[in-house]
This record gives sequence, C-alpha cells and structure tokens, in this order.
Amino acid sequence: MISLLFILLVPLATALAVSRLTAWPNVREAISLLSGGFLFALVLSLIPSVLDGSQPSYTIAEPIAGLPIQLRAEPLGVIFSATASFLWLVTTLYSIGYMRSHGASNQSRFYAFFAVAITSTMGVAFSANLFTLFLFYELLTFSTYPLVTHTGTVAARKAGRTYLSILLTTSMAFFLVAIVWTWNLSGTGDFKIGGILEDNATPFTIGLLYALFVFGIGKAALMPFHRWLPAAMVAPTPVSALLHAVAVVKAGVFAILKITIYIFGLDLIGETGMSTWLLWVASATIVIASLIALQQDNLKRRLAYSTVSQLSYIVMGAILANSNAILGATMHITMHAVGKITLFFCAGAILVASHKTRVSEMDGLGRRMPFTMAAFFVGAISVAGLPPLGGFWGKWHLALGSLDAGYSILVAVLMVSTLLNIAYLIPIPLRAFFFKGPSQEYCGIKEAPVACLLAMGITAFCSLVLFFYPEPLYQLVIEIVN
Amino acid sequence: MIDSQLLLLQVTLPLIAAPICLLIKSGRACWAIAFIVTISSFSLAAIVFSYVLTYGVLEYNFGGWVAPWGISYRVDIVNGLIALLVSAITTIVLVFARTSVSNEIKNKNQSIFYTAWLLCLAGLLGITVTGDAFNLFVFLEISSLASYVLIAFGQDRRALTASYQYLVMGTIGATFILIGVGLLYAMTGTLNMVDIAARLPQGVTNRTAQTALAFLVVGVGLKLALFPLHLWLPNAYTFAPSAVGAFLAATATKVAIYVLLRFLFTVFGFNFSFEEMPLDLIFVTLGIVAVISASAVAIFQDNVKRMFAYSSVAQIGYMIIGLGLSSKAGLTASILHLFNHAWIKGGIFLALGCVAYKLGSVRLGALAGAGYRMPWTMAAFLLAGLSLIGVPLTAGFISKWYLFEAAIEKDWWLMLIVIVMGSLLSLIYVWRVIEMAYLRRPDHEEEKSEAPLSLLLPTWVLVFASFYFGLDTRLSVGVAHKAAETLIGYSP
Repeated sequence: MISLLFILLVPLATALAVSRLTAWPNVREAISLLSGGFLFALVLSLIPSVLDGSQPSYTIAEPIAGLPIQLRAEPLGVIFSATASFLWLVTTLYSIGYMRSHGASNQSRFYAFFAVAITSTMGVAFSANLFTLFLFYELLTFSTYPLVTHTGTVAARKAGRTYLSILLTTSMAFFLVAIVWTWNLSGTGDFKIGGILEDNATPFTIGLLYALFVFGIGKAALMPFHRWLPAAMVAPTPVSALLHAVAVVKAGVFAILKITIYIFGLDLIGETGMSTWLLWVASATIVIASLIALQQDNLKRRLAYSTVSQLSYIVMGAILANSNAILGATMHITMHAVGKITLFFCAGAILVASHKTRVSEMDGLGRRMPFTMAAFFVGAISVAGLPPLGGFWGKWHLALGSLDAGYSILVAVLMVSTLLNIAYLIPIPLRAFFFKGPSQEYCGIKEAPVACLLAMGITAFCSLVLFFYPEPLYQLVIEIVN
Repeated sequence: MIDSQLLLLQVTLPLIAAPICLLIKSGRACWAIAFIVTISSFSLAAIVFSYVLTYGVLEYNFGGWVAPWGISYRVDIVNGLIALLVSAITTIVLVFARTSVSNEIKNKNQSIFYTAWLLCLAGLLGITVTGDAFNLFVFLEISSLASYVLIAFGQDRRALTASYQYLVMGTIGATFILIGVGLLYAMTGTLNMVDIAARLPQGVTNRTAQTALAFLVVGVGLKLALFPLHLWLPNAYTFAPSAVGAFLAATATKVAIYVLLRFLFTVFGFNFSFEEMPLDLIFVTLGIVAVISASAVAIFQDNVKRMFAYSSVAQIGYMIIGLGLSSKAGLTASILHLFNHAWIKGGIFLALGCVAYKLGSVRLGALAGAGYRMPWTMAAFLLAGLSLIGVPLTAGFISKWYLFEAAIEKDWWLMLIVIVMGSLLSLIYVWRVIEMAYLRRPDHEEEKSEAPLSLLLPTWVLVFASFYFGLDTRLSVGVAHKAAETLIGYSP
C-alpha cells in the first residue's frame, strides 16, 4: 500500500524543503506545520485497515535476498507512529516560539534534521522485519546527532560523543549480532504474530538472544547503557522534548516490545523463564534512576533520569509477556510520551522566559509564569501515574500484569517508583507557587511565548482526555494480545 | 560470440598510448588521450564481462599458439569483474585528475605523469586478464614501476622517500613472486596457470610446491599490504598526488588480492592451499591483527590521508579474514568487500583530494569548519565514511553482513566481535574528521570555498556507487557469489 511509503516521504520532503528555505522562516514553519498535520492524518487513515485485520505492507527494496526493506502497518506501530506524529505537530508549534525567542542559530538545519529524525521514527514504527527496524534505528541515531550537538560548544561535542558511542556500540555489538543470529536460527527476520523462534532454539539460546536484544537496543536506556540520555540534554529543548522523551527513547522500547511479540512470541518468553533476571535489571533501573533524579538540580537532567526510569516500565512489561503487561506497556508508550513532553515544554519555556535551568532557582516562579507551572503540575501528575490523568492506565495494567505473572514484588517496585516520582516532580510546581523567591531578580520575567503556551496546553489537555477516553488504544492493542 | 581479440586490446591500448603521451608535451592533450584510452578500456571490459557472465570463459591465444605453448589471455567471471572494476574506477578518477593534477604538477611534467598513469593501468589490466604466470609477473613489474613514478610526483618532498620505500619493498615482493613462479616452472615445465594446476602432483607432499606457495603468498602479500607487510602503504598513499592516492587505493591492492585468489584457487587448488598448508589459520590471524591494529593506529593519525591509508590496511584485513574462513561464503564475502571497498575508499580519497585542492592541506586541524566552507565535499566524505563504517543502506554494510554470515556458518562467534570492533574503531576515526569539519570553527572566519564541479562530480559518482551497491546488490552479490563458485570449482 502506497500510503505507507508516503508516511516516510512526507517528513523527508519536509526536511528537503525546509533546508532550502533559510531565507523565509515563515514559509518554512508553515510547511513544517502543514506536513505535521498531513503526516498525522496519513497515520490515522491506516487505523481502519489495521482494525479489520488486513495489514497493508509495502516493499521498498531488497538488498539482501530474503531481507527486504519492507513496511507493514500493524496495531503497535500505528499507536507509536500516531503518538509520535501528533506530538511532532505540537512540537513544531512549540519550536516556533522557542527557537525564535531563543535566537537560535542554524534554524533551517535544525528543522531539517528534525524532520529526518521523524522519518526514521516512522520507519521504525512500520518496519516489517528486523533488518528494516535496524536500518531506521541506526538512521535515527545519526539524524539526531546533529541535533544533540546543535550548539557546537565543547560540552555539546562531548555529549555528542557519549551519545553516538553508546548508541552505536550497543547496536552493533549486541543488536546486530542478535539479528544475524536470529536470521541464522530461523532463516527469516520477518515480524510474525507468535514469533519465529519457536522450535528453532534451546531455552538457553532464547534467553541469551533476548538479553542481546534488550541490551542491544540502547535507546531503551536500560542500565547500565543509559548514560547517553542525560548527555543528550545539551540539545535545544524541542529536541529533548520530542526526541528524548518521545521519538528516540520510545523507538527503543517500542522495538523491544515488537521483538518480544513478533520475534519471540509471548508464550515463548513466559515458558523458557530464562529472562527473569532481566526483570530485576528493569526494576533496578526503575528505582535507581528515580533516586538519581531526586538528586538532580538541573531540571532537564532530572527529567532525563525520570525518563530512564519510566522507560524500564515498558521494558518490564515486555519481559512479563502477558496480555495485561503488554497492554500496560503499550499504553505507557503513549501516556508517558504525552506527559513527559509537557514537562519538557515547561522546562524549555522556563529557560526561554527566565533563563533558569536549576530547580533550586525556581522558587516563586509560579507567580510570574502561572500557566507554565500549572501545565507542569498536570504533566507531573500524569507521569507519576495518578488519576485523573492518562499516565494512570499504563501503570494500572502493568501492575495487573505483574500480578498475573505472579510477581507481586513488582507491584511494590511500581508503587515505590510512584512515590519517588511524586518526590522529585511535585515539589517543583509547589515551590514555584508557594515559596517566595528573591523578588528583585524576578522583575521583567513574563510568561513564555504564546506558541509555547499553546503547545503545552494541548499536551496537558491530551493527558486529561486520555484518562477518560483510552478506548481507541484498547481496541488497537486487543488486536495483538488476543 | 565476440572476438577474443578484445582482451588483447584492453591491455595494448594503454600500452601503445603511453609512449604517445610522452611525445606530446601538452598536459591537456595527454589527459584527453588517457581519458579516451581508459574509457575504451572500460567499454571493452564491460563487453567482455557481459560475455563471461553468460558463457563463462573467454580465451585469446597469442599468435595462434594454443595454450600450453603460447601465451594466452584467459578471462572468467573473477577477473572479468576485477577488470571491469579497475577500468571503471580509473575512468572516474581520471576525470578528477584533470583539475587536481594541473594544480599539483607542473605542466611540463604532466605528459610524463599521464604516461606513467597509462603504463600503470596497462599493467593492472594485464595482470588481470593474463592466463600466464610469467606474463603476470611482467605486468606486475610494469604497474609497480609506473606506480613508483606516480607516487614520486607528490608535491611534498617526502613523496620521494615514500616512493623509494615502496620501490624497495615492492622489488622484494616481485622477486619473491618470481622465485615462486620459477619453482612452479621447474616443477611442471609450463607457465600457463591452468596447465600448471593440471600438472602439479596431487595427493603427495611436495616440498617444492609448498615452497613455491610460501614465496608467492609473501610476495603477493607485500603487494597487497597484508599486515605486517604493509609498511610501504601509509606513506605512499599520503604523499602521492591526490588522484594517484585514490587510483592506487581503489585498484592496485584489489588487483593484488585477485592475484592471490588466482594462485591459491586456480593454480594450487583449494585443498592444497587450505588443507595441506595452514593458510586459513595464517590468514585469519593476520587479518584479525590487521583489522584491530591498523584501525587503532588510524585513530591517532593527524594527517587525514594517512588515517585512511591505515584504514585501507584494516579493510584489506577483512578481505583476508574472508579468505581465511576457507569456505564459499567466506570467499564470497571477500570478493564482495573487495568490490564495495573500491568504491568507498575511492570516494573518500577523492573527497580528501577536493580538500587538498581547496584548503591546501589534509591535516586534521586544517579541516576545522570545512563542513561550512566545503559543504558538498564534506557531505560526500561523510556519506562515504558511513559506508566505510558499515551503516545499513550502504555497500559497506552489505559486505559486513556477508562476512558475518560466513563467520557464523563456521561457528566462529569470536570473529563477530572482531568485525564489530573494527567497525567501532572506524567510527572513531571517521568521527574525528566529522567533528572537526562540522563542530569546530576555524580560528578566523573564512568564506565558503567549494571545490569545482570537475572534482565534485567524480567524487559524488563514487559516493553514489557506494550507496547504490548497498541497495541494489544484484550485480555485486550475484557476481561475487558466482566468482566464489568458479574459484572453488577449479579445485580438483
């Protein structure tokens, strides 16, 4: 089906157009917005055909016999791509306010690589086999590198090195090896419901292979391969918001979910029991990353460690491999994305309006920027997973999944994590509203640009809506788990 | 049916054109002659290749003397591919050479330069198409002597030492090859390679044959810069004129590998080379050391050309590992990487040639901000660099994938680690250049100064090829597969 190809071509064409339009910033941004909307519409148009069970596919090329570059629309990919493309649209809106009032340099390059990164994300979402997944996964790494090092400072260069070296080392040393191994065992790399490895490998091989995949997908930031994510925070805020809270990191956990479901099959992971130790790695990541987040004074770093912790929820859901856990993990992809991007939007707005990056300097800021801090509060509640916000559903189903699998201790891990989330996120808006800051320093601070406020308003509102209407997500996920 | 004299023409055209160039004093006219000759060599190679693709073998007997008595040229799919590759890349690099050479070499010396270039091409094509072991040695000498001259044309005075060093090492290599061929002749009384293969005693341990093989492997090893016989290569590639560096990197070592394949598989046969003699072990060991150590050394180079010269040594290591796997899959991977690497490394050296042309230096520090000053050049470099690392979608990935598969087929899991490490090391040195070009600003702001189209066009053709062969592998993989089958098929 050709519309799958268009999903890749639309952002790619945007990238080309945007890089040629340096002289006309208004046209440039209008094009970005339009293509964001168009992309989202394209993704939504796939939903009917996914729900009726026909999974349209499109083959681009076949460089290695039996391993084509192929796209296929299946429920998981549609959820991920719909989330990413919608938030791309919102982030573009936000970037207009942010980049302009921040007076950032090389804005055309910025928007162009941003669009390429979205192309890669769409490629990951719709990949029909391991090879295609790997291809777009690597492309995503390379296309986000210029965004991370955008400012070109010494710190940015150093962070860029960490970013590239960890992501590429894990992907080449583990992920690629695991792909070749799978290919060698089963003679195919296609994603198929129920998996392709059954009857092809011993339980020990299955366990080892699964570990290679889980650690090899460094974008999922499972400890000890998480350091690239805090390092990437040197990037401009829109990048941190969309890529390092949504597209890149979610591409990682999404890939793990997809491989769990379509390469191993849920039954196989559950039966062999060789992957239980990975559950503890994920739990440890959840708790340790939260504890580290608690100590960070830099707001973006705090949010980054929070992301590391939240990503492991999804990894945990994948490893538990029962229908509730998969449901929870999938919902968490969307719910956490919407919540966390709100927080990053706020962090960026604070930076633009007040040039503050440290939590300890934000006392009393709520009086100057009430709307921003209110949005932050909503985002924080959602990320912590409390009702009445969307983040609740992901955590709820993950907890149910843990109980189904017989690990009640994981419920405790989730609850401890919730408490820690509250401890490191909620004080920020509270102090902003109720503490008194040094008043002479604050004169002249105004609310962030309207485009920024609009963007964070939309995402905060979405978190609320998703609590009351998670129905579409359920319907899509049911397609996979049954 | 095509006329087998085409084989002869392929070699004699550059051989005849070379002295004509010497007589014409104008550099431009010499270039035009050289270009017409290379492009006709390329067309001939293409015709011959498409013939052997369908019919298998094309033979030409000199003076009508049938094979064991007369000299014969004999092309099968293996050397058909190499001849095509060599002539295609020479044509592209020659387009680049016109502007680059007139910048680097005085006008009055240019006719000598193109004479040497044509002789070198004649030698390389001669090695490729000949079916006669002694004839092969003669062409090897022609191409080597010409390449010493070409290297000595470099602007830097160190080019002379580099050329001299190469001359000494190259002569030792040639002598070893001659001794090897001599021993074979003494044993079998013939010089035709297929005939030698038929007459070599089978099934008994034969010291003379073993000695001949040893001499040949070391001799050819020197020519192809097999670790630890690579010491001549970094200096030669660094100080040679830009066009020559690209020309030699993309063709000369590839032809040397072909010679190795021809002797190991066609003349001695698979069983003798890999089962009676422990070449598999030797190759794998040397290959691993080459990949790791040469890549590590490349990281610490300050001269970017030198960096990629060491990278060539490492990449040759991959090809040798493929050979050492001593299986059809390994051989396929080897030939595939030989093919892909020629385009990739050619592209990188041409991009560096553009840098040298505009910025006057290829030291790392001189490249600060080059990404802004020469956007097209550095974009080409970046893309070729990604292909060298082996990122998916590129030709480099395809060859690594097949090497992976060949290693797994043998259950050599450790080999995967070596290949991955090699890739990561290459990432580091490529990225040192990228960071310098894109993330550093020069000390004083300088305006944009992009290389002229006559340099950019050939560079981008090679870069395009290194991506094209990552997407459409029907030609490269298909032929590499058939070539491996043909080579192994020679074994009795």
